[in-house]
Amino acid sequence: MIWSLDIAMLFFLVVAALAAISVKDLLSAVIILSLYSLIMAIVWVELRAVDVAFTEASVGAGITTVLFIFALVRTTGRSED
Amino acid sequence: MKEEDVIIRTVIRLIVPFIQIFGLYVIFHGGSGPGGGFQGGVILAASMILYVMAFGVTGGRRKLTEKTNMIMRSTGVLIFSGIGLLAILFGGKYLDYGAVPLPFIHHAAEVRALLIDGGVEVGIGITVMAVMVTIFLEFYPGGTSDD
Repeated sequence: MIWSLDIAMLFFLVVAALAAISVKDLLSAVIILSLYSLIMAIVWVELRAVDVAFTEASVGAGITTVLFIFALVRTTGRSED
Repeated sequence: MKEEDVIIRTVIRLIVPFIQIFGLYVIFHGGSGPGGGFQGGVILAASMILYVMAFGVTGGRRKLTEKTNMIMRSTGVLIFSGIGLLAILFGGKYLDYGAVPLPFIHHAAEVRALLIDGGVEVGIGITVMAVMVTIFLEFYPGGTSDD
């Protein structure tokens, strides 16, 4: 356990969560949400839950981001790039 | 959606085998370390998703056809429940791995480790990979046959 790393990661976690719900562009929100998942994975490793961190990194930062992005593509259309 | 440019295609073609090797490592070491069938299956699905993003649905379908995907979806569940029912057949409880008599292996702990790492986790990985690819292709433009 590294206390300074924990404090910094939890601070960035809250910042990322607030940014994800306050940003206007939906694509930016999805990217910030994947950043949130990545920080959360580091926090899980700090909490000695490596298995959960693995799931968080692969599902939260990987698959979910891809699915959100393609759901956005299908709902807003390709022309508004 | 058309194919991406040559740099993306080349990098993805190089990186996909390494992702798949890592996914297989995660699946087979699920019993003794972090990871497991679900995480490894998601990593395998991520490699397939990368491939589809570079080469389009037609390129992805050349590697993993719809029929193969459907067969894999149900094969994983069959492996999982088959091993569970095998334990019942040999007089144990459902998924009671130690009850299954394997040739040349006599310790119950070894049988348990072998069946978890080589059987159940592989089944979970196959199903999770196929289902994740299916969900992704449902979202992907032109991924399903009905649009």
